[in-house]
Amino acid sequence: MTAPTLMLKLKLKAIFRLQWEPAQEAHVLLYPEGMVKLNQSAGEILKRCDGTRDIDTLIADLQQAFDAQGIGDEVRLFVAEAERRGWLESVEAAP
Amino acid sequence: MSDIAPPLWLLAELTYRCPLHCVFCYNPVNYTDHSSELSTDQWLAVLREARALGAAQLGFSGGEPLLRDDLEVLVREGRQLGFYTNLITSGVGLTDKRLDALKEAGLDHIQLSFQDSTQELNDFLSSTRTFDLKNRVAKSIKEHGFPMVLNCVLHRYNLPHVDKIIDMALAMGAEYLELANTQYYGWAHTNRAQLMPTAEQLKEAEAVVQRYRSEIGDRCKIFFVVPDYFETRPKRCMNGWGAVFLGIAPDGAALPCHTARSLPGLTFPNVTTHSIREIWYDSDVFNRFRGFDWMKEPCRSCEEKTIDAGGCRCQAYLLTGDPANADPVCDKSPHHEAVINVVRRAAVEREPQAQPIMFRNDSNSRRLAASPDGPHPDHHNVPDLAGVRK
Repeated sequence: MTAPTLMLKLKLKAIFRLQWEPAQEAHVLLYPEGMVKLNQSAGEILKRCDGTRDIDTLIADLQQAFDAQGIGDEVRLFVAEAERRGWLESVEAAP
Repeated sequence: MSDIAPPLWLLAELTYRCPLHCVFCYNPVNYTDHSSELSTDQWLAVLREARALGAAQLGFSGGEPLLRDDLEVLVREGRQLGFYTNLITSGVGLTDKRLDALKEAGLDHIQLSFQDSTQELNDFLSSTRTFDLKNRVAKSIKEHGFPMVLNCVLHRYNLPHVDKIIDMALAMGAEYLELANTQYYGWAHTNRAQLMPTAEQLKEAEAVVQRYRSEIGDRCKIFFVVPDYFETRPKRCMNGWGAVFLGIAPDGAALPCHTARSLPGLTFPNVTTHSIREIWYDSDVFNRFRGFDWMKEPCRSCEEKTIDAGGCRCQAYLLTGDPANADPVCDKSPHHEAVINVVRRAAVEREPQAQPIMFRNDSNSRRLAASPDGPHPDHHNVPDLAGVRK
């Protein structure tokens, strides 16, 4: 009963759109009549929340992409905050 | 130019024509004076230029934007340019066929307005029989997979129904519910005596909203926009004049806020004669109340000016006669008494009023435009803005 939740994939909810804005030189999160400007790490994390990765894969992916170690806590903290704000959902792995 | 940030929010008011006649509409009361409309190509140019400057949110509004049969063309271009595209509609005319076409064109979100949770009041306030139709449209919007925001303007008549309105939004599966207390501009200003609630009504409604928020979790996010007549500090109107918001009226006039047309002495630059870049960065109108240099006392020396940017210019004009005055909602304003008096009167006069309620329609518009004072001060209902939801 405990293990399955870890397998859930992180996904940006359909109401949001993530895109790069040249004028702001930043990733932004767009939603009905609103916009959040993201810092670089937030942008990189959310970019990877596309329903193909669980939290562990996400962290491993980021560590590899940025040749960094020990960022797990920071990523978990951000993901928790993004969930609290209602940006993310957890979905079953695609078959 | 380098210290002026680019526009982020483009509101395209495609037409002032509307099948509804809402008593709290923020459109100018003399909208019949501005009946010309931009062509499709002119709108397309507006979208491209604004996007090039950096605008990311695009709202299609009106009037009723569905009355333009080129809406799908504009949505498609807006989406391809990279805008997040919002349709702000009464739902009248939103057939399954058009929903299919809008989905295919890439529309991101639909905001549907309701006037109340009951047919009786919805239909009275909009002077139409549209309640059942709106219910059907809400269902179709969800069936087409669109995110949906339900918007309901609140006032004396429907504040006691807030629980039912929330129930309705939940039943319809809306992602957000915007409970927007009436702001007194445009037609809402004309009907202020009838619409103004009491402080008790507001307090009760707010408590109901709090109760629902704690019960429903993140199923539906409820926004409750507090009416600023009941506050002692003004709202940061439009997040500052010429700061993020660019509105284009049906005839091409560029507006720093939805209701700037109510202000005297301003000649609004028009997209048919000026580029969006010139309008945003160089025009007198967009620079008029930008920053802090235009401020008078008590704003000029006030440490809170960076927080509220002096409040709302239209409200300052409507209630004090000078748009450069502090928004009188602020209790530091020497005119704050004017706001208190309006609220106090609403509390004692339970059954208004000498003047009958004025529906937004062409004949009333012509009448108000021709009245001796013109569309008189003491006039708009401003929806929530980009940057406000954080």
